[in-house]
Amino acid sequence: MSATMIKEFRLPDLGEGLTESEILSWKVAVGDTVSLNQVIAEVETAKAVVELPSPFAGVIKELHEQPGSVVEVGKPIVSFEVADDDGHSPAAPSGAAGAGSREAEVDTPKRQPNLVGYGAVVESSGRPARRPRNVAPVVAAGGTKAPEAGRVEPAAVQPAPVQSVSVRSATVEGQTAERPRSTPPVRKLAKDLGLDLARVAGTGAGGLITREDVLAFAGHEAVPGMPEQGSAPPAGAGAGERETRTPIKGVRKHTAAAMVQSAFTAPHATEFLTVDVTPSLELLARLKDSRAFAGVKLTPLTLAAKALLIALRRNPALNSRWDEGNQEIVTFHYVNLGIAAATPRGLTVPNIKDADTLPLPQLARELTSLAETARAGKTTPADLSGGTISITNIGVFGIDAGTPILNPGEAAILGLGAVRTMPWEYRGEVALRQVLTLSLSFDHRLVDGEQGSRFLADVGAILADPGMVLTMV
Amino acid sequence: MSTDQTGHGGANTPHNAGNPGETGPEFLQLITPAGERISHPEFDFWVRDITEDHLCSLFEDMTVIRRIDVEATALQRQGELALWPPLLGQEAAQIGSGRSLRTDDFVFSSYRENGVAYCRGVDLTDLLRVWRGNASGGWDPYSINMATPQIIIGAQTLHATGYAMGIQNDGADAVAVTYFGDGATSEGDVNEAMVFAASFQVPVVFFCTNNHWAISEPVRLQSHIQLADRAAGFGIPSLRVDGNDVLAVMAATRLALDRARRGGGPTFIEAVTYRMGPHTTADDPTRYRDANELEDWAAKDPITRLAGLLERKGLLTAELQQRVKDKADTVAAQMRRGCTTMPEPQPLDVFKHVYSTPNSWLERQQDHYARYLASFGEPAGAVSEEGAR
Repeated sequence: MSATMIKEFRLPDLGEGLTESEILSWKVAVGDTVSLNQVIAEVETAKAVVELPSPFAGVIKELHEQPGSVVEVGKPIVSFEVADDDGHSPAAPSGAAGAGSREAEVDTPKRQPNLVGYGAVVESSGRPARRPRNVAPVVAAGGTKAPEAGRVEPAAVQPAPVQSVSVRSATVEGQTAERPRSTPPVRKLAKDLGLDLARVAGTGAGGLITREDVLAFAGHEAVPGMPEQGSAPPAGAGAGERETRTPIKGVRKHTAAAMVQSAFTAPHATEFLTVDVTPSLELLARLKDSRAFAGVKLTPLTLAAKALLIALRRNPALNSRWDEGNQEIVTFHYVNLGIAAATPRGLTVPNIKDADTLPLPQLARELTSLAETARAGKTTPADLSGGTISITNIGVFGIDAGTPILNPGEAAILGLGAVRTMPWEYRGEVALRQVLTLSLSFDHRLVDGEQGSRFLADVGAILADPGMVLTMV
Repeated sequence: MSTDQTGHGGANTPHNAGNPGETGPEFLQLITPAGERISHPEFDFWVRDITEDHLCSLFEDMTVIRRIDVEATALQRQGELALWPPLLGQEAAQIGSGRSLRTDDFVFSSYRENGVAYCRGVDLTDLLRVWRGNASGGWDPYSINMATPQIIIGAQTLHATGYAMGIQNDGADAVAVTYFGDGATSEGDVNEAMVFAASFQVPVVFFCTNNHWAISEPVRLQSHIQLADRAAGFGIPSLRVDGNDVLAVMAATRLALDRARRGGGPTFIEAVTYRMGPHTTADDPTRYRDANELEDWAAKDPITRLAGLLERKGLLTAELQQRVKDKADTVAAQMRRGCTTMPEPQPLDVFKHVYSTPNSWLERQQDHYARYLASFGEPAGAVSEEGAR
């Protein structure tokens, strides 16, 4: 009980959603010792006249507001000197220390949460605004209000009304123009960057200001003297324009960085294999009729994914990572299977966690939901991280083969081409068969040509004859 | 004054005067405002087991809940609670009824029955969660067999009737007890609840706390008859009791509970009391009611009255008073500590208690919201892993 500390009491929201209250009278004076819940002031809100009980047991150090002041919710109105002691003194049976622990120290300028979030924001712009209303020149005992007419305000509070008037007129000006349309996160970003959204042109739907708009504007702001037109946000190609310059940002920027990192860090090697997948498609048709797959979407990707997972068990080098920092090769004993997906935001590669443990129906469901989630733009960061190997289904675009670039940190990526009806050798004759080309890129630091070839051959063998699985597991 | 099984009885004689809300002599009273125990041929039976120790503990409970109420009001004024609905003046109605219940009975209350919650054994911190804005419900209803307070006027009466239908189906002898105010009797929900309760003769007690004011609306504007007489229209027997008399409230509640347990169906109790404080901490009753009225009711204070009875019996010792005061101080300090140290709720907490089992639709919304919250930060993390092809 020896040390003491100063505690502030800030005006709470005394009704439901009130922003200010008027101090009618103080029931205590500086130097008074008060107990917890002792009435210290009478306050009038828009709803009621209420008594304020003291939140602390201690000594009144300062009364920040005079009777007659209209005080914003959240402003300090009185300071106490209280025992710097978390114990409960016998004189304060109701646990003043508990309340005190929530109160900010006097020298902390941080806003004290006054429970209800809509209280006034504490600006650092100086004294609270006072209105020339009911200001008594002398602290009136018993809270009797001074008559309004003809009352001259004390000099000390004279400048305040001017300030409050100017603030208000600024607000009115602000309200005459329509508030720039944006979203709360972007407004906050603009605020954090110190930008006025009214100066930012929106490129989103209906002129909505997007995060990119704000960042672009901020970037432009950071380069003084840059010509105005040079930073104009990208728009549709106007008549006569021979080129459109689009700032590199967002997903495109990250995709580019990842591509560069991958392409110029991991030495890529790509192999191709074209296989007759007619038996796989026949198997898919049979599975669709079976009860276990009722309601499950089955595509060549489903079988290709399963084939990859089975082949991976025989060729674990393809499921590994080059750890440059530690000079180690990390071989994964699980498979997080990434699926490259074209989404409205650009390319993303969400992955299915522990895909190797999933039975085929569940794997099929996961593939479907993964794609739907990605297309809806709802993929979470967790879905995007931790992949160990990937598939890119370029066949959906009607493409046969290509050189896939590795998802950074992964050893292999399998490209799945389009299924085409082609004349093909079948039992010694030429027949029309369903044919597909597989493209496998691998990190040549981790995977030798032999391993990569064996792996690709295994995947192809399974797709060409699903029964071959029996020889592999 | 009680009515008979069909709802006809002593209180249903026509009242010519337009002041049915006034406290007439026509209600059950066992302790006078001066603290004198008066005997009643029918209702003494229902409190025959109340010993002197019981009286002292009733005094303690009423004092404690008044202290809880005062402390919570102060916490609101200190910015620690967003709102509080004071129960000042209604202690006897709440303790007299709340102390009559069995643990397997189930309470469906309005937002003002914090004293009843105390009787049910509610955790004091839980009592404040909603009022601090930290949760949308303070406790697990099954942990104390009391639903979390209903804010919608009268809606809880339907819940009680439905619960009572369940009790009936179970063949149990528990009772659903619902608390509501005078204003609620004008609501459709309460009327529907009484229709169903009467039709199915379910074990429910309609406990109407007539505190004379529905916020700023006086009871006399709502009803030209005594509220207890409204029950007769539904064929529900009713009782009108002095709500500031803890023994009378207890006797009436016990009678109603006993009837319900024995398959006798619902009972309506009108406890005539007075809301001495504001409707809530955001209300100023001086703008709409007469100070004289307040003074009249102060003279009928429920705690003063019981203290008077204890004094007549030589029970109001300094030792008892000190013990009760210490208990109230301890409870208030405990509650204040629980309030001011309550952890802040996290944004995603709103999804926690919507469904008891996983729900994909809700998970989707939660996912949306999580990503919305995440969008306040840098968006880079989500896309840095991209880059195949």
